[in-house]
This record gives sequence, C-alpha cells and structure tokens, in this order.
Amino acid sequence: MLKKGVTIKKIFHYTPAVVFLVILLSVWQFTVNKYGIPPWLLPSPMKVGQALWETKSLIWSHAQITLLEISTGFVLAIILGILVSTLMTLFPFAKRIFYPFLIFSQTVPLIAVAPLLILWLGYGLLPKIIIVILVCFFPIAVSLLEGLEVSDRDLLNLLRSMGATKWQIFYQVRWPHALPSLFAGLKIAATYSVMAAVIGEWLGASQGLGVYLTRSSNNFLTDRVFAGIITISALSFLYYAVIMLLTKLLLPWYSQLSQKTD
Amino acid sequence: MTLSVSNLSKSYLENNQEVEVFRNIDISLEKGSFVSLIGPSGSGKSTFLNLISGIECPDTGKVYLNGKDITGTSGNVGYMFQKDLLLPWRTLEQNVRLGCDLRGFDKKTTADETSKWLERFGLLEFGDYYPHQLSGGMRQRGALLRTILFGQSTLLLDEPFGALDALTRREMQYWLLSIWNEMQNTVLFVTHDIEEAILLSDQIIVLSKRPAEIVEIMDVPFPRPRKPELILSHEILELKKKLFHLLNT
Ligand SMILES: Nc1ncnc2c1ncn2[C@@H]1O[C@H](COP(=O)(O)OP(=O)(O)O)[C@@H](O)[C@H]1O
Ligand SMILES: [Mg+2]
Repeated sequence: MLKKGVTIKKIFHYTPAVVFLVILLSVWQFTVNKYGIPPWLLPSPMKVGQALWETKSLIWSHAQITLLEISTGFVLAIILGILVSTLMTLFPFAKRIFYPFLIFSQTVPLIAVAPLLILWLGYGLLPKIIIVILVCFFPIAVSLLEGLEVSDRDLLNLLRSMGATKWQIFYQVRWPHALPSLFAGLKIAATYSVMAAVIGEWLGASQGLGVYLTRSSNNFLTDRVFAGIITISALSFLYYAVIMLLTKLLLPWYSQLSQKTD
Repeated sequence: MTLSVSNLSKSYLENNQEVEVFRNIDISLEKGSFVSLIGPSGSGKSTFLNLISGIECPDTGKVYLNGKDITGTSGNVGYMFQKDLLLPWRTLEQNVRLGCDLRGFDKKTTADETSKWLERFGLLEFGDYYPHQLSGGMRQRGALLRTILFGQSTLLLDEPFGALDALTRREMQYWLLSIWNEMQNTVLFVTHDIEEAILLSDQIIVLSKRPAEIVEIMDVPFPRPRKPELILSHEILELKKKLFHLLNT
C-alpha cells in the first residue's frame, strides 16, 4: 500500500520534467521543419534518433573503448585515492608532505597536460587512462580525507577508552565514517571521468567516442555528433546510477538516515 | 579495595592561562561498591573519569586498579559517556558487542552473550535496528549494555541518564541496579541529581567548584533494595538538605 503510494508519487514527481522535454523536442522538430534549417547546421530530433539507430553498432564499438578507459582509470583512481588518503590519515607527517601537492595539482589545467601525455605515451589507451585517473583522483582523495577526519572527539575517546589501537580506530570508526563522503566524491568523479576520456580521445586516438565525435563533426554529420553527445550523457548517467545503487546497497544505515532528514 | 587514585591533579591551558581543574584528589572504592560523584557543572567530573579510563594523563598522581598502576593506560575499566555514542553504521546488536570485537573475544560466545543481554533488556527484537531508528531510552540502554559486555568489572558512568525523561530514567536506574546486583561490579557514577545519587549509592563523594577538591564523602546507610518512595521519607530529607547545602556553597 505504502510502496504503491511512493511509486505513484515518484511518477508525479518527474512528470513536469518529462512534459517539458516533450515540448522542447516538439518545438525543435517544428522549427527545423518550418524554416528548413539544413541538417549539417541543426538536425531535427527525429534525424538524431535515426542517426543513433543507424550507427548503433559503430557507436557501440567506440563506446566499448571509452568504457574500458573510464573503468580502468576509475578503478585505479579509487585504489590510489584510498591508498593516499589512508596514508595521510594514519601518518600526519605524510599529509604535511603531500597535501599541498594534492591541492596544487588541481590548478594544473587538464587540457594543457593531455597533449603532453599523448606526446609521451602515444595514441593508445594508456594516456587516456592516465587522464581519467588524474581527473578522478582529486575528488576521491579529498572527499575521503575529509570523511576520515572524525570531528566527534567523544567517538574517538570511546574507542580509546576501550583500549582500541590506532588501526582499530581507523577501520571501526574513521573508515565507516568516511564512506558517505567517499561515495559523494565517487559520484563527482564518475561524471568527470567520461568527459576526461572523451577529451583524451579528441587529442589523439584511433578509437573511442571522442574519435566518433571528431570524425562526425569533420564530415559535417551533425546528426551523428548529437548521437555521440547523447551516448556520452547516457554513459555518465550510467556511472552515476551505479554509484547511487552501490551507496544504497553498501550503506543501508546512511541512505535511511539521509532519507529521514529529507 | 579495587579502584583507587592518589594525589591526582590536572590543569588545562585555556586562553594561554593555566586553569587548574582539580588538585590532589584521593579516593578509593571498595570492591563491589556503588559510589556516586556529584559536583557543580565544570568541576571536572568528566575529566576525572577520563583520567581513570586512561584517555587522558594526569599532571600528577596515580591510578591503581587492584593494586596495579594503570595510570594513562586504557581498556582496564568500562566507561559509559553521557552521550550514547552508538556508531551509526552498526546495528544495535553490533554496537553492543563493539567492546568484545575490539578485544577479540570468541565470535560465538559474544553472539550468545549479546543476545542474552539484549533479551534481558527487552531489546532483542531491535537487534538489527540502526541507532537512528531507536528511541533515546533504547539507545542509552544499548550504551549501558555495551559498557557491561566490554567485560571489565569496574564501571565508570558519566551522567548516563542525564538526557532522559523521568520515567525512562527510573527504568534505567532499575536496570543498572539489577546488573550491579548480579555482576558485583564496582561502580563510579557521576550525576548532578541528588536523589539519584541517594537512591543508587553506597557512598557519595561531593566535589567543590573549580579547582575541585573533595568536600565530603558521605555514606548512604539505607538498606537495599530501595524503593523509589524512599525519596519522600523523613530520614532522607536530612541527607538531601546536607547535600544540597554542600553543593550550593
Ligand atoms: N580538553 C580540554 N581542554 C581544555 N579545557 C578542558 C578540557 N576538558 C575539560 N576542560 C575544562 O575543564 C573543566 C572541567 O570540565 P569537565 O570535566 O567536563 O567538568 P564536569 O564534567 O564536571 O562538568 C571545564 O571548565 C572545562 O572547560
Ligand atoms: Mg561532565
């Protein structure tokens, strides 16, 4: 009974957005038809849909490469982020050495570094993976670092009073305390990662969605450019959804808590 | 004699000024006794328990447990804070056995022991609940259970029922006494509630304002089990008056 009520409420919740989208697409379609805008300038939604359908196997073969780059880079960034922030938390001295570099690294523009990576490492997958790592590492490491910093001294004192070791305090209190923050960072990193891989592919690659985009654009196949954009958005959303799902599954206590305060 | 402290002093730096919290405190607790510590707010009661539990170190003085010097070492006593401090990511059952997990007790024994105590406290069906799903009284009971299951026979309780309503408070006092009866714990109980101290304790230690010194150590001679109505009796009025006076001068 309650469950049903909730789903109906959810549907109503998204109705305005869906209606707006339909109106937007209709106006777009209508305008293109009415004024005869050439497809290379602005293809109609129907035409974009058509391009998406017709080149779906081509898109899929490019998307696989991009997915591989993103997933590999993402996982490596998580591992690296966990290692670095754990180290910094357990050894404050390490934090004093590395933290300034961590912050400073964010002022380096990715667009400027990427060509160097291509120059050094060639057109293969490796430079893209590294770009994804570079982009994802920061939000992951910083959110984890913040989460590991438990501000409630009493909580730490409780564990200390029980004779807990530094390591026990780490995995019984700091680590679970940091998980919501980590997942928030992962959500940001997930959306960045797709963009990072595509930028990497723009700058030099033989395969990937970025390549599909540049080739289509160079040939004035604008409908395909749109199809590529849709695919990339869908990928970003997919990653985002996976992280959300993982948060729900792995942090049952937290999703309940945040729902309660909604 | 189990727990004793001698010549304990502690001061803090506050705005670059050294503030003496208490000086030269000596007390000793009989094995299996229930001793209350009352004093004005800010007189250093929590600090005192922190020193005994070993999460802070005294400037001078020693803490002994069964004749052994435990100054500055932790894990020797069960310590219950004023806040329940249940970990939000652990279910009630997991919270209650936190101390057992930390000390590496046998999993099976711990599980049995935990469910036995949860049942006794009427919490068994809530074992899988997370703290935010429980009422304040339940959480506090969970915190008390956690302190007991930690397995040390000396308990430090820092205003454990201070945040509860009167009824829940009575209930908690009852639970506590029943445990104390059964387990023969030595209890050092901080409270600012005179009646609570009288109902529960064998002995009441009164602290002065900062820098705190022991003003008086008073025996509470009433036989047990004590009924809540005792509070209304004439004999107790004298004791209450005296305590009230000591606290307000
Ligand atoms: N870590 C600390 N640093 C500085 N001052 C402290 C610290 N802990 C307690 N104090 C001071 O010591 C005094 C006693 O505090 P506390 O032990 O909490 O008193 P009580 O529990 O009796 O209310 C207070 O005035 C408080 O400001
Ligand atoms: Mg206090």
